[in-house]
Amino acid sequence: MLTFVIRRLGASVLVLLGASFIIYVLAANAGDPLEDLRASTAINKEQLIQARITLLNLDVPAPLRYFIWLGGVLRFFIGDFDLGKNLAGQEVTALVGSSMWQTIQLVTFATIIAIVIGVAIGMTTALRQYSGYDYSVTFLAFLFFSLPVFFVAVLLKQYVAIGFNNFLADPVIPPVTIVVLSLISGFVWMSIIGGDPKPRLIVFGSATLITAAVLGYLLVTNWFQYPGLGPVLILGLGALGAVAGTAISTGISNRRALYASLVPPVLGALLWYPLQFVMTVQASAWLVPILIGAFLVGGGAIGYAMGLHDKWVAARGGAASGAFVAILLVLDRIMQSWPDYVTNTGGRPIATIGGSTPDLHGSIWIGMLDSYTHLLLPTVALLLISLASYSRYARASLLEVMNQDYVRTARAKGLTERTVIMRHAFRNAMIPIATIIAFDVGGLIGGAIITERIFAWKGMGSLFQDALDHVDMNPLMAFILIVSALTVIANLLADVAYSILDPRIRVG
Amino acid sequence: MTNTILPSDPALPDDVNRELTIEQRETEGLSQSQVVRRRFFRHKGAMTASAVLLFTIIFVYSSIGVEIYDFKIPGWWIWNYTETSAIVNGGNPTWNTLFAPGEHPFGQDQIGRDIFARVMRGTQQSIVVMVLYGLIASLIGVVIGAIAGYYRGWLDNLLMRFTDLIIVIPIIVIAAVIGRGVGASGAVVLGLLLGLVGWTGLARLVRGEFLGLREREFVDAARVAGASDSRIVFKHILPNAVGVVIVSMTLLMSAAILLEAAISFLGFGIRQPDVSLGQIINEYQGAFATRPWLFWWPGVMIIILVLTINFIGDGLRDAFDPRQKRAPGTSGPYRQMWGMMFGRGRQGTPQIYAIGSDGSSGANDRSVPPGDRKPPPGEIQ
Repeated sequence: MLTFVIRRLGASVLVLLGASFIIYVLAANAGDPLEDLRASTAINKEQLIQARITLLNLDVPAPLRYFIWLGGVLRFFIGDFDLGKNLAGQEVTALVGSSMWQTIQLVTFATIIAIVIGVAIGMTTALRQYSGYDYSVTFLAFLFFSLPVFFVAVLLKQYVAIGFNNFLADPVIPPVTIVVLSLISGFVWMSIIGGDPKPRLIVFGSATLITAAVLGYLLVTNWFQYPGLGPVLILGLGALGAVAGTAISTGISNRRALYASLVPPVLGALLWYPLQFVMTVQASAWLVPILIGAFLVGGGAIGYAMGLHDKWVAARGGAASGAFVAILLVLDRIMQSWPDYVTNTGGRPIATIGGSTPDLHGSIWIGMLDSYTHLLLPTVALLLISLASYSRYARASLLEVMNQDYVRTARAKGLTERTVIMRHAFRNAMIPIATIIAFDVGGLIGGAIITERIFAWKGMGSLFQDALDHVDMNPLMAFILIVSALTVIANLLADVAYSILDPRIRVG
Repeated sequence: MTNTILPSDPALPDDVNRELTIEQRETEGLSQSQVVRRRFFRHKGAMTASAVLLFTIIFVYSSIGVEIYDFKIPGWWIWNYTETSAIVNGGNPTWNTLFAPGEHPFGQDQIGRDIFARVMRGTQQSIVVMVLYGLIASLIGVVIGAIAGYYRGWLDNLLMRFTDLIIVIPIIVIAAVIGRGVGASGAVVLGLLLGLVGWTGLARLVRGEFLGLREREFVDAARVAGASDSRIVFKHILPNAVGVVIVSMTLLMSAAILLEAAISFLGFGIRQPDVSLGQIINEYQGAFATRPWLFWWPGVMIIILVLTINFIGDGLRDAFDPRQKRAPGTSGPYRQMWGMMFGRGRQGTPQIYAIGSDGSSGANDRSVPPGDRKPPPGEIQ
């Protein structure tokens, strides 16, 4: 494995060198970096042009200038990383730092959410193949696949942001809308769960009623203005998550695992009050990971202690449930700072510009809320399109696996459908998806270029765009270097993951 | 594995029997292309999409005419995409009733240019880029993939490392760099040059197909019979890989439209005074709140083009790949949804007829000549 990784890394370095050389030559010949100065009316025009030429070695032909740039990059190994200067004479290394963080944040969020939702949708459509749900999702996937990302982003900005902000200013849902939303949700759940007419109707009825009740509750308690979960909802949602998680992973009949995963929600509800104090008074950036880690380990330990002969299964359930409850607790605390945040942003909380509100004061929770409201729309724009393709891949992959002999064998020996799907089919279906996702990282960064432009993020995308606009080679190459390095690393990880997931494939 | 297709089973509904007879005729001496053509013509979504696409192309090219550099054929539309005219109706769209488009159906922009003519011109550019990109990228992809997959060895290594060089940079980045250089020279040059970098995915795919197919018995047989390399490639392997190529080509074409629109949106594609859909959207996105029609129509045209091509690609995939096919006898999506609303959705599910539920069963063996059967995935490494 190690030799494989090292060999691949070596090959990747060569690929990076070749790719950056091609781009350098192409981009350097794409325009004139002196364009703005030539058109200027400054008295010392000639001098300015000369200064820029000497600053950026523009008198050296492009293929040779590449090696000057490369020399700066290679000085990384002697601890003196140098990406050159941009047209204005600023150090590129300093420019890249902050913008890289912004883009990576955006792309990571979008990727993770797209994988989770896309795989879930793809799997349910595969299990309900040729149903109305399957066809509707297929059609929607086609539609989203055909939407240009900039079109979606502008629509989101114009309708969702403004509409949602208006709604939040005066959160009233008319009764007709509640009825329609409830009926739609009932219909969707009915089509996903499927089955015979009678259970279908039961699902439809209960989903409709639950949605209506939830919406009614949110309106009555003024939840949209003062959101929060409180100990009761943390207990309820945590228990719901624990039951659902156990039902999917080990089956509800495994009582030990079920009880073990029910302990953290109870614990979370009991600790809610003291934790409020900790989170408000001693709020530091480390609190969130510490809290999640503590609940994860604590839940795991409880599960290990409670599971009699199945200790690790119960521990796994407890740990997952603990992490979930900890996330709920954090969410609850973030929600509590919502009213404060709304007044801070002048009543328009969903942001359409930039990655953070300038001059925002307040606790770290407001800061986190601020970055989430800024991430919301760009993430959704990026998400919708990759979601469509992930759901198709997941569907195709699971269908392929469900036709394999080992799935038939698993069914034939009388395993429950849950075990067949989750343990035998799902795991194998995930193998090809791992590679596809790795390949997609480059595409997502490409999508981020457009999204960043529309939402005015100061990320890698806008860096690239400005640089290409002015044929500013050094920032441009910094962008190419980072993006292609990320792609190469993602591919390498995919290969390694492939060999771990699928023992038939040996690398090395 | 059981093959449950019977010639004509009276127990099955009528439409199932009709489907079965068509399916069975496929075994009676039809060539592969005939089988594919018939399957494609029976695919309602793909046929509708083809009709819409054809209509759009005719409409777009006839309305404002064709203009290739200095050679011009005028169309039936009164305005040109560059000329300005007096602003009618405050620039709002005059197309308010269905059969009376009025003077400026899509409205006018601030200096009085007709949006309809501009959108039509932009769509023409998209179509030009799409066709050139699709043809060139497919051609290069097939040639490189075929050489790499057929000859293997150092040639394969060299070509695949070269592919890696281009694949490692996101296509939109490389396209923007190219567009920055040549965007001003128009759609033809842009389409040609973008095609030169868009072939990488297809090359890998074709290489994979060739690696699998060259090990098959019929290729060995041809080689033993003394066939030359070019004969093996063109007569034996390529016809079997043509499905993958054509389906990927449609995907490349729809991707080309989105790519061109994206780089023009960023300002690196087709420049003023020429028009492209992405450029129109970029130009007018600031006016969205007051003049949304400036933004809507170009977007709608992009979606129509891309959606129809994707649907055609889907139909072609179904036509070429028997494993992906919906089992005969299942009702269409809308009847299914209707049935589902009244709780009878299960009636149409394919399990009843025992095909499609296990896609690797008789469905393959029945409808394709033996040499054409795909090995189960996993056999190709």
